[in-house]
Amino acid sequence: MTLPILKAADFASDQDVRWCPGCGDYSILAQMKKVLPDLGVPREKTVFISGIGCSSRFPYYMNTYGMHSIHGRAPTFATGLKATRPDLMVWVITGDGDALSIGGNHFIHVLRRNVDLNIVLFNNRIYGLTKGQYSPTTSEGQVTKSTPMGSIDHPLSPLSVALAAEATFVARSIDAHVKHLGMVLKRAAEHKGTSLVEVYQNCNVFNDGAMAYAQERKQRAENVVELEHGKPLVFGKDSEKGIRLVGNHLQVVERSEVPDDDLLIHDEKDPNPSIQMMLARMRYPEMPEPIGVLRDVQNIATYDDQINDQVTQARQARGEGDLQALFTSGDTWVVD
Amino acid sequence: MTNKDVKSVTGITVRLAGDSGDGMQLLGTQLTNTSALAGNDVATFPDFPAEIRAPRGTRAGVSGFQVQFAKEEIFTPGDTLDALVVMNPAALVTNIGDLRKGGILIANEDGFTEKDFKLAKVDANPLEATVINDSYRLFRVNMTDLTRKAVSEHGLSPKVADRCKNFFAMGLVYWLFGRSLDPTLRFIEAKFGKKPDVAAANEAALRAGWAYGETTEAFGESYQVEAAELEPGTYRNIMGNQALAWGLVAASKLSNKELFYGTYPITPASDILHELTKHKNFGVRTFQAEDEIAAVCATIGAAFGGTMAVTASSGPGIALKAEAMGLGMMLELPMVVINVQRGGPSTGLPTKTEQSDLLQSMFGRNGESPLPIVAPRSPGDCFDMAIEAWRIAVECMVPVMILSDGYIANGSEPWKLPEPNELSEIKIEHPEAGEPDEPFLPYLRDENLSRPWAIPGTEGLMHRVGGLEKQHETGNVSYDPANHQLMVQTRANKVANIAQRIPEQDVVGETSGDLLVVSWGGTYGACLTAVRRCQEAGHRVSHAHIRYLNPLPRNIGDLLKSFDRVLVPELNTGQLRMLLRSEYLVDCIGFNKVQGKPFSVSELIEAIEKHLPSAVPA
Ligand SMILES: Cc1ncc(C[n+]2csc(CCOP(=O)(O)OP(=O)(O)O)c2C)c(N)n1
Ligand code: SF4
Repeated sequence: MTLPILKAADFASDQDVRWCPGCGDYSILAQMKKVLPDLGVPREKTVFISGIGCSSRFPYYMNTYGMHSIHGRAPTFATGLKATRPDLMVWVITGDGDALSIGGNHFIHVLRRNVDLNIVLFNNRIYGLTKGQYSPTTSEGQVTKSTPMGSIDHPLSPLSVALAAEATFVARSIDAHVKHLGMVLKRAAEHKGTSLVEVYQNCNVFNDGAMAYAQERKQRAENVVELEHGKPLVFGKDSEKGIRLVGNHLQVVERSEVPDDDLLIHDEKDPNPSIQMMLARMRYPEMPEPIGVLRDVQNIATYDDQINDQVTQARQARGEGDLQALFTSGDTWVVD
Repeated sequence: MTNKDVKSVTGITVRLAGDSGDGMQLLGTQLTNTSALAGNDVATFPDFPAEIRAPRGTRAGVSGFQVQFAKEEIFTPGDTLDALVVMNPAALVTNIGDLRKGGILIANEDGFTEKDFKLAKVDANPLEATVINDSYRLFRVNMTDLTRKAVSEHGLSPKVADRCKNFFAMGLVYWLFGRSLDPTLRFIEAKFGKKPDVAAANEAALRAGWAYGETTEAFGESYQVEAAELEPGTYRNIMGNQALAWGLVAASKLSNKELFYGTYPITPASDILHELTKHKNFGVRTFQAEDEIAAVCATIGAAFGGTMAVTASSGPGIALKAEAMGLGMMLELPMVVINVQRGGPSTGLPTKTEQSDLLQSMFGRNGESPLPIVAPRSPGDCFDMAIEAWRIAVECMVPVMILSDGYIANGSEPWKLPEPNELSEIKIEHPEAGEPDEPFLPYLRDENLSRPWAIPGTEGLMHRVGGLEKQHETGNVSYDPANHQLMVQTRANKVANIAQRIPEQDVVGETSGDLLVVSWGGTYGACLTAVRRCQEAGHRVSHAHIRYLNPLPRNIGDLLKSFDRVLVPELNTGQLRMLLRSEYLVDCIGFNKVQGKPFSVSELIEAIEKHLPSAVPA
C-alpha cells in the first residue's frame, strides 16, 4: 500500500486561527504543517498535546488528533499517551510560562525519562494569554504589567534546564527564520527520545521586539551563531567572527586574528553535555546566541520502550495473566 | 496433642501491641491468615504510628494489630478485647482500656525495665499494679530472654536474635488459640529462605513460643474457635488495597483492555501500586509520576489513547488532582480515580482512618463538575466496586471516583474467590474509521448521553479535545451562552441518569419503621452489627448501606421518608447527612466521630438506642 501524498494544507483543521495579527505563532504553525508531510506519519497517527497559553491553542488548528490540556501539564498527558501508545507520533506544544513556571517540574521529568516525543517551546519571554505579565524567561529589569519597577527575577534558560536534565535532543530556532525552523522541527521529529525545541517567538502585542536581535534578518548575523555538527562556530555578516574555547570559557574572536584550527568545533553527539551547556549559557548582548541543534545523542533507552518491554518480558517469563491463577495464588481454603 | 484443657469459644478478639519496631503488624497478619485458613471468619484492624520509627518505647511509638476470628459471620474486628499481648509498658498503658475484665493479658516481662517505664512515662511497673492483677488474667513471660535461648545455636547477633521475639510471641498466641504453625512456617521459608540462619532462628522462636504455652504451668487452658459457617466456596484472606488492585486487573481483562496506573506514593494508597506492579504480565503498566498532578494527567493521556486508565491517591493528592479531574470530565474520557481516605485536613492523620473526603469528591473541582462516586464497604467489596467503577466509566465516558479509606485498605477479611468466567464482560466499542468526506462528531451522544471514544490511530476521526467549552456535537470551542448551559446540563444529566441503571438501595430489616441507619464506606461492618443487635433486641431499626454515592440509588428518598427517624453515622462531621438533607429534605440525624478511629459497635448501639421511641421523652 502506498501512502497518499499529503500536503501542508491537509494538516490544517477547519478552525479559524485566532492569534493576534503579526504573532510569531503563525509562522511556527506554518512550518509545522510544512514539515509533517515529509515525515511520512499519517495524520491519524499524529497527536498534538498542549498546555494553556496562546501557543497552546495550536492543536485546534491541526487536522490531527489533539488535546488542549491544563496549564503546564502537557508533558504528563503526553507521557501517559506515549507510554501506552508507542505507535503514535506525539508533539507537545507549550509556552515559556507554561513549560517553565507552572510546568517546571514536569518539564524536567519528561526530559530525564526520555519519553519518545517532541516538545516545541514557544518562547516569547512574556505571558501572552494573561496579557503581559513577566515570565521565567523575561529579562532582568524588564518592565511588564506585573513588574512596573522592573523584573527582579533572574531569567531561566530552557536549554540549560534541558541539558541539566540530561535531555537527549536540545535545539533552538526562531519563528522568523523559517527554513531553519523547518529543519530543526524535522530533526526533532527524527530523534528517538524526548526532543526539546525552543523557538524564539515574537509576541508583538505584549513583548514586541524582545528578541529582535535574533529575529530580524539584519541583526541576526551579528547576534546569532548557527550550530552545525562537525563545523566550527562562526558568525557575523561575513562570517568574520568565531568562538573558541579558552580554559573553561567560550570566547568570541576575530577570525582574522586567530587560526581557524583554534575555533570550537560543534559536537552535538558528545554524550558529555559540558560544552553544550556552555553554548546554552551564551546570552545576548555579551555573546551571540546559538541556534540549531545543541545536542542529539542517540541510543539512549526511551521510557515508552522500557515500560512496554517490561510487560513483554513479564509475559514471556510468566505467561499471559490468568485471573484464576491470580485468585488462587497463595493460601486458600475450601468451605463445603 | 495438648494435655491441657481446650475450651471451645465462638470468637476471640485479640490485640497485639508493641513498639513499632517489634513486628506487631507481621504477627497480626500471620495470625489473621492462619485463622482464616482454619476456616474462621476474620476481620482485622491494624493501627500504627505515622512515623516509621517513632521514638522507641514511647506511647507515640506503639503499633497495634487487632483481629477478631469467629465461628460466626462477623463484620468488625471487635470492640473489646478477649486477649491483649503487650511487648512493653507503653503498649500496656495505651491499650489496656480495651481489654475486657477477666481478659487475658500477656506481657513480655523483659520489656518492663526501669528504662521502659521512663520511656512510657509510668512511675512504677504497671505489671505490679493491683488493678491489673485483679482485673485481668496476667501472664508475665520473659519473651526476650526465652527467645535468645531458643535461637542461641543459630549464631545470630543479639540484635538479630532479639528481633525474633515476635515469632516467639506468635508461637505462644498460636498455642493459646489452637492455631496451626504450618502456614507461618511456610511464610518463614518463603520470606527468609535466602537467609537460612534467620529462617532457622525464626522457626526456633516460633516453636519455642508454642512449646512454652504447652509446657509451662502458667496456662491452664487454651481456646478453640471452630470454623465459621460461610457460604460454600474457595476462600482466601484479602486486604482492601489488594482487592482494589485485583478488581482493576479483573476489570481490564473483562473489558479486554490493558491497564495504565499513574500514581504518586501516599499512605494509605501506596499498596495498590505495590500490588499492581507485580502483575505486568496482565498488561499492567504502572507509572510512578513526579507528583499527583502528573499522575492524573498521564492517566488522562492514556485514556485518550484508548487504554483503561486509573489513578489513585489519598485526600491531599486528590486535592492536587482536582483541576485535571475537571478536565477529565470535560473531555468525557473514561477513567477511574481512587481516593483511599485518611484523617484530614491537609496532612492530617496519615495512618488513621476517616471519611471526610466525600464533599471533596462531590464538589472539589471548579465549575459545575459532577462525577460518579462509588464506595466499597469492606476489603472484599473493593474487588467488586473496582469493576463497577470501570463499568460506569466506560458506559458514561466519565472519570469515576472510588472512595475507599484506610480502615478498608489495611483491613482484611475472608474473600470468596469469584469464578472468572462468571464475571460479566465490560463491552467497549471504539468507533471505526470514518468516511473521508463525512465530518466526525466527537460529542455526538448516545442513549446514555455518552460521546464516542474515538482513539488516535483511527483514520477519519481526527478530532481535538480540551478544557475550553465545547460546542454540542462538534466539540469545537464555543463561548455561546446557550451552548454552555446545554453542555453543563447534559454532563450533569449524564451522571444523574446513572441512577436508572444501578441497583436500588437495599435494606437490612423492614423497609419502614422507627429508625433507619444510613451508612457508607468502611463503617458498614460496625453499623450492620449494631443494627442487627438492636433488631435482635426487638427494635424497629433497619440499615441501608450506600455503595453508590453519586448518583444516589433512585429509591433512597422514599426510603428515608418511610422511617420516623434517620440516623447517619459517619467518621466526619456530617457530610453524607448534609447531602441527604439537602437532596431529600429529610431531617437526618448525625452521629459523628473524628478521632482517626473506626466506630465501635457498642457506641453505635448506644447512639441508635438514644433515638428509639422508648428513649424519646414524651
Ligand atoms: C492553573 C492555572 N493558572 C493560571 C492560569 C492562567 N494562565 C493561562 S496562560 C498563562 C501564561 C501563559 O504564558 P505562556 O506559557 O508564556 O504562553 P503564551 O500565552 O505567551 O503563549 C497563565 C498564567 C491558568 N489557565 N491555569
Ligand atoms: S498575545 Fe502575543 S503571543 Fe498571544 S496571540 Fe497575541 S501576539 Fe501572539
